[in-house]
Amino acid sequence: MRTLIFLSLISLAFLHGCQPRQGGMAGGGAATDAASRVYVAPGELDEFYAFFSGGFSGQLSVYGLPSGRLLKIIPVFSVDGEKGYGFNEETKPLLETSFGFIPWDDAHHPQLSHTNGIPDGRWVFINGNNTPRIARIDLITFETAEIIEIPNSGGNHSSPYATENTEYILAGTRFSVPFPQQDVPISSYKETFKGVLSFISVDPKTGHMELAFQVLLPAFNYDLARAGKGKSHGWSFYTSYNVEQAHTLLEANASQYDKDFIAAVNWKKAEEYVKAGKAKEMPASYFHNIYDDNSHMATSKEIKTVKVLIPSECPDMVYFLPTPKSPHGVDVDPTGEYIVGAGKLSADMSVHSFSKILEAIENEAFETHIDGIPVLKYEEIVAGIVSSGGLGPLHTEFDDNGHAYTTFFISSEIVKWKVGTWEVVDRAPCYYSVGHLMIPGGDSKKPFGKYMVAMNKITKDRYLPTGPELNHAAQLYDISGDKIQLLLDFPTVGEPHYAQAIPAHLVAPNSKKYFSLEDNVHPHVTKKESDTRVVREGNVVRVYMTTIRSHFAPDNIEGIRVGDKVYFHVTNLEQDWDVPHGFAVMGAHNAELLIMPGQTETLLWEPDRPGVFPFYCTDFCSALHQEMQGYARVSTKGSDTPLKWWVGKQE
Amino acid sequence: MKNLPRILMILSALLLVFVFFFPIWSITLYAPQYPGGVTMYIWINKITGDTPGTLQNINILNHYVGMKMIEPDSIPELKYFQFIIGGMGLIAMALAWVNRKPFYLAWAIFFVILGALGIYDFYLWEYDYGHNLSPDAPIKVPGMTYQPPLFGKKTLLNFVAYSYPYWGSLFFGLSVISGFLAYLFYKKRKK
Repeated sequence: MRTLIFLSLISLAFLHGCQPRQGGMAGGGAATDAASRVYVAPGELDEFYAFFSGGFSGQLSVYGLPSGRLLKIIPVFSVDGEKGYGFNEETKPLLETSFGFIPWDDAHHPQLSHTNGIPDGRWVFINGNNTPRIARIDLITFETAEIIEIPNSGGNHSSPYATENTEYILAGTRFSVPFPQQDVPISSYKETFKGVLSFISVDPKTGHMELAFQVLLPAFNYDLARAGKGKSHGWSFYTSYNVEQAHTLLEANASQYDKDFIAAVNWKKAEEYVKAGKAKEMPASYFHNIYDDNSHMATSKEIKTVKVLIPSECPDMVYFLPTPKSPHGVDVDPTGEYIVGAGKLSADMSVHSFSKILEAIENEAFETHIDGIPVLKYEEIVAGIVSSGGLGPLHTEFDDNGHAYTTFFISSEIVKWKVGTWEVVDRAPCYYSVGHLMIPGGDSKKPFGKYMVAMNKITKDRYLPTGPELNHAAQLYDISGDKIQLLLDFPTVGEPHYAQAIPAHLVAPNSKKYFSLEDNVHPHVTKKESDTRVVREGNVVRVYMTTIRSHFAPDNIEGIRVGDKVYFHVTNLEQDWDVPHGFAVMGAHNAELLIMPGQTETLLWEPDRPGVFPFYCTDFCSALHQEMQGYARVSTKGSDTPLKWWVGKQE
Repeated sequence: MKNLPRILMILSALLLVFVFFFPIWSITLYAPQYPGGVTMYIWINKITGDTPGTLQNINILNHYVGMKMIEPDSIPELKYFQFIIGGMGLIAMALAWVNRKPFYLAWAIFFVILGALGIYDFYLWEYDYGHNLSPDAPIKVPGMTYQPPLFGKKTLLNFVAYSYPYWGSLFFGLSVISGFLAYLFYKKRKK
């Protein structure tokens, strides 16, 4: 009897052991001493800044690595009530487009600026996918400094990738659209639609962007891009799918052909054609918005023409590289020799050789021509095949020891392989269904290596459940040894499609602490409390207000009438680090102001009823923050309440 | 070295030039919110801080307990003290030319007295800032005064204040010593 009980216990244990445990495979398989390797002790600082795109949040999140601590969310394409971004008068012009004010976008790919093919810590660029735009974020202020709209694009996905010295930021259209945009039957896709690649030049001093030229290509879906580097500097590469040119049920209709293309563009050649006057000046409408750190305001300008190059008129500028199975990522190794195309519907990856591409062009090893663009022979350009054993390859980054790491969405893993021999040397599971991955400097000529982050599309049971919607999971791995080791899981904001990281010492010393009040040239700045005033211009009332711990000046205002447009121009007189003041007024239809020291910001308030309405400081600024408040009296339309304002005198 | 006293007296004058280029005193405040400290520098003719905003920041902190604003423009010593130092330098040059032993001693003693008066004056200012508090102060702690230390460390509510002479005072001191040496060497040789 005793033996029987014993046996049944054993069999129960066996049965239980056969089922995978909940909570991921064996709890996630972290390395045994993972905790100490990601622990950044209180008061200590992270080794890397990591910039994660917000995906459908439209913003850019800044994390510290290896801790996975969220440092800041920088509003870029979406309005952000927390910071008043897109709500205050100063930042509204940043979100102007040819479609008017657009308060949201889908931000996919952060790109650090490069010098000599290495991240230099000056700017981060990021794409707006839905209403095609590219933003530049300044790493001195960690704020959006500039946004440029891209005309003739239908979905700015293959963007924004930097050339070796950030000469250009690359952009391509995921959705081809009629060129020029017009009312045509959708079934005329093959005849009237085009795919456009854009080259945005970047001023090396100011960072200011300009749409230098566009290249008109057949109506495929241009998915992702990378610039060449080292020996392939001067070229850029774009994956395409839907070479079938389907316009409905793409999941089947665009997956028919065995191979799609990587478009290879010789942009130095394109530059020459532009200089030689070969570009057509086409009518367009797109907006260019710049924020100025001294006036603390953005200005917006419409631009009405764009230069377009047509490959059939510009030989030797564009080539198509046949690449199997709807390639998604196209990644260039640190030497610039190998171009990895990840055919997302296959198990294997084709790696093209840049030298072989040049040779094939030299020998005119062309399969055919499409719209005057030579299609190179696949066998002539392929350097090797990575037989990964995984399914659904998407993206590849590189370490500092000659390895490549590729994500596999379907088999939910990252595979490490050797560049040149194509042999798989290690693999690590991801929780779950990894999209992009990131290695600090992993897209550059000199990867910093050490860590790798997987950005996963599916979260499920990784964290405490929070209802149907879950934050996306990121995973941090140590790649300094032979084996990939999982260190940390952390939730992210929105859907980070891609991230980039840079050693903190290249950025932190430049970080601004506050704006100099002396340098503030905002047209409505108030630099001294004695200059504060309220001015009426018709039904516009301008309140020239200051903040300093712990009061507003003025803090009592009378003489506002229903129907007035009241502009609170608030200047923060503080000149110390981390002393922002907030400003919120009851019934405002926008948001708060969050004013950094030395800055001026403006809130529009349109009171719709008589009464006395409080306003107050929203950022806990000091011991007497709760006392930092005031009243605005609103009288009926046409009333003769005199315009008065004061601070500090009790009547 | 017949000319040694003269050289020392000229050195006294030259050392005073440095007093114009370095603060004479520094006061540093530490608090939980100011891990790096906030330092104010007192010069013979101005008050500065470790950042352009320091004086404003100290005034903001001080106003909570009712201390007066530190306004360099309203402190007369900052206007005339530089002329005293400059004048003493010119006198030193003149004395080096005259080269009389008792004058050297007189100059040095007078300068010591001036220095002592300066420090006493500084103490009076500190006393005034620390005790002459506004009755409307938001934070009133019964019995509490906020006079910073003249020399050394003192805890004032959440702040710990450190007050020490700075480079300017060192040059001042060396100038005085050089004056005394001029007197001493003169004396020795005549005996």
